[in-house]
Amino acid sequence: MDVLPKWADVILIPLINLLLAFIISALVILAIGEDPVFALKTMIQGSLMSTYGWGYTLYYATNFMFTGLAVAVAFHARLFNIGGEGQATLGGLGVALICLSIPWPHWTIAIIAAMIGAAAFGAIWAAVPAYLQARRGSHIVITTIMFNYIAFSVLNYMLVNVLRPPGSQDPASARFPEGTNLPTFQEFFAQFGITAFRGAPVNVSFLLAVAACILVWLLIWRTRLGYEIRAFGHSESAAVYAGISPFRITVIAMIISGALAGMMAINNVMGEAERLVLNSVEGAGFIGIAVALMGRSHPFGVFLAALLFGFLFQGGAELGLWTNIPVQLIIVIQALVILFTGALDNMVRMPLERLFLRFRRVG
Amino acid sequence: MTPESQTGRPDRAALSASAPAIELKGISKAFGPVQANKDISISVKRGSIHGIIGENGAGKSTLMSILYGFYKADTGQILIGGQETEIPDSQAAIAAGIGMVFQHFKLVENFTVLENVILGAEDGAMLQPSIAKARELLTQLAQEYELNVDPDALIENLSVGHQQRVEILKALYRQADILILDEPTGVLTPAEADHLFRILRGLRDEGKTIVLITHKLREIMDVTDTVSVMRRGEMVATVNTDETSPEELAELMVGRKVLLRVDKAPAQPGDSVLEIADLRVTDEKGVDRVKGVSLNVRAGEILGIAGVAGNGQSELMQVLGGMRTGSGTIRVNGAPIDLSGARANGQARRELGIAHVPEDRQREGLIMEYFAWENVAFGYHHQEKYQRNRWLMDNRALRADTEAKMEKFDIRPPLPWTQAKSFSGGNQQKIVVAREMESDPDLLLVGQPTRGVDIGAIEFIHQQIVALRDQGKAILLVSVELDEIMSLSDRIAVMFDGQIMGERSPTETNEKELGLLMAGMTGDA
Repeated sequence: MDVLPKWADVILIPLINLLLAFIISALVILAIGEDPVFALKTMIQGSLMSTYGWGYTLYYATNFMFTGLAVAVAFHARLFNIGGEGQATLGGLGVALICLSIPWPHWTIAIIAAMIGAAAFGAIWAAVPAYLQARRGSHIVITTIMFNYIAFSVLNYMLVNVLRPPGSQDPASARFPEGTNLPTFQEFFAQFGITAFRGAPVNVSFLLAVAACILVWLLIWRTRLGYEIRAFGHSESAAVYAGISPFRITVIAMIISGALAGMMAINNVMGEAERLVLNSVEGAGFIGIAVALMGRSHPFGVFLAALLFGFLFQGGAELGLWTNIPVQLIIVIQALVILFTGALDNMVRMPLERLFLRFRRVG
Repeated sequence: MTPESQTGRPDRAALSASAPAIELKGISKAFGPVQANKDISISVKRGSIHGIIGENGAGKSTLMSILYGFYKADTGQILIGGQETEIPDSQAAIAAGIGMVFQHFKLVENFTVLENVILGAEDGAMLQPSIAKARELLTQLAQEYELNVDPDALIENLSVGHQQRVEILKALYRQADILILDEPTGVLTPAEADHLFRILRGLRDEGKTIVLITHKLREIMDVTDTVSVMRRGEMVATVNTDETSPEELAELMVGRKVLLRVDKAPAQPGDSVLEIADLRVTDEKGVDRVKGVSLNVRAGEILGIAGVAGNGQSELMQVLGGMRTGSGTIRVNGAPIDLSGARANGQARRELGIAHVPEDRQREGLIMEYFAWENVAFGYHHQEKYQRNRWLMDNRALRADTEAKMEKFDIRPPLPWTQAKSFSGGNQQKIVVAREMESDPDLLLVGQPTRGVDIGAIEFIHQQIVALRDQGKAILLVSVELDEIMSLSDRIAVMFDGQIMGERSPTETNEKELGLLMAGMTGDA
């Protein structure tokens, strides 16, 4: 029997968790002799009070939506895909190879090709651990972590030996051709004479990420495949009874997961950097795990959690700019949020359940 | 230190012999909003066998757990031998002279019998004195009560019946005066059960008090002196066994009149639907589970497979249901089916008209986290009628289908938006049975259809199985409940150690003969 009503489970618990994380963060900031109220003001000011701030917040959120959805889809099949980082790295390679292959006439054509490239590279990178898990029993957590390291090495090799323009000292690809540059929000609003999102990297990929949230929701809760993925995730023995192949579901769920992680590269490689550099993923693959945990593996939850982490990233950058709070402390705050929303979930849940039970008995 | 000098033990010599061995007064226990035990009072006479009977969830196990110190009662008193006793944990229960034999044995598999018996009750740091003492006691008990077990055998090499004896020995070694047995015969052959009952009677005659928890009416009638009936957390009656009848007890358990016998006309068998020839199954560990089984089932008849759990029946059903691979030939409606290739899966089987009520509804038949409407087509979710278009499933059709099945099979609560885990065992099983029967199969595989199902639902499920037979379907039934096999089957095959020991007609055989076959002895060979 579920003790908590759905709204308490979905809204109240994450909010309390978040509040606790912020309170402890405030204490840490106090402890190093800074003003937590000013810090919070700075974060909000810098990330939410201007279109410039929003432009960055949404840019980060786009990355986290893709990687968060990737982890969430695998979660529904009870597969813990920690390889989002490597899959997004490979996705970037796919995007770069597509963008540099021919002089693309227009971004609308280029983005479709690049999406296919990003998804395919990410999917292949996830399919290998999936195959090893389904056929050989190699644990997917171990293999996806190892594949992260292999991905970094592959990228390193490709940038140094293949994609680096002749004569360049920088391990990075050449700039992508003009026809592949995605329109930013700034350019979009400029068409109507509105000046907004100036200098911010948020671009058309954000809409792609929102569409991905909707499509994943449809996939998981409305299609036969989603039904089978969830059934397999809840009970493998029942799935076998129903004639659902564990091998097929493991591989397909990981392919979808890897493709989603890979597509993040549309945002950060094609949309922002417009060339491929080392470490372009910047940990977004790992943040995706926290986003999926906090979002309860539901696409709408992932959307909200991605916005929150976008805010933390952008706000954290502002904090480093305007206060004496060291950059490392921002990582501490992010870690606290992950700790409270992910790992310490039961700490809030248990007392809350007891509280609800008492109310119910009285009522 | 000897066990006698353990702390907290009441001085039994001083107790009046007339005081009841156990007396519970006004015991109540709630788990959240669920009242598991409501104001229960009961008195068990010293030197008697007292049965406690009730459906699943009636509160029997909770009551015994309170007596054994696993739970603390919210209110009420426990009197042991006339003295009020606090039982905060199992140590205290043992000290008060209470021993418990659980349904799932608590033995260390790779220890010997002796090591298991003294485990937790060793005297001092060295094992040898305890082992010597236990060996002596075991020899003595073996003679007195037919409780013979090889003291040096490893537990993993013992049969289930012998393992159970070790549990009883453990309790006796700890000087138990009161022995509680929780569903002790679930894993035993009829012969082993009879042996157990002889042991229990012997213990009773020596002055021990025995509490037997069971849901089997026949055992209650056979072995107990008095019986208490529980229903929905309440003690509804305590009667002398020789003054009651199974019918009366069943009515007390359920709260209404129940048909214990299945009413059915003689079978009208038609063409052969299922033909199994020389089927062999090897499990993941390389152990042969099914060793050359040949059977056939005709349209309009029920073939029951009797046997003690773990003799290959599960594997046989899993191969038929496409959950496992095997070798040999199986023909359905004359056509051979794939036993190890690409079409050896549950979906392909369903397309051939084979429906399957699996043995374990919680691990196989249902997704416990899914709503009733998501479970109602589980395995049949590929069918055209459940698709809205090429991409999406038709959830509305699923829910309409659920409502229809809930009405037809009287599934309660009749709410499609209820998770499978929130239904009672009987209603969970009805969801599975409804799904499989309504798929209009040619062959229905039924494994343990009434395990953990309350009497009312058992009656209903049995009627449905017979009704399906009368529509001319072939039914293969596997059950460890011999009563169920005897009352439902048109033919009975007995399985032992992966082989069919023989086939009997239910009208021409009896439990004794079947029991011998189940133990691997072919009486007529």
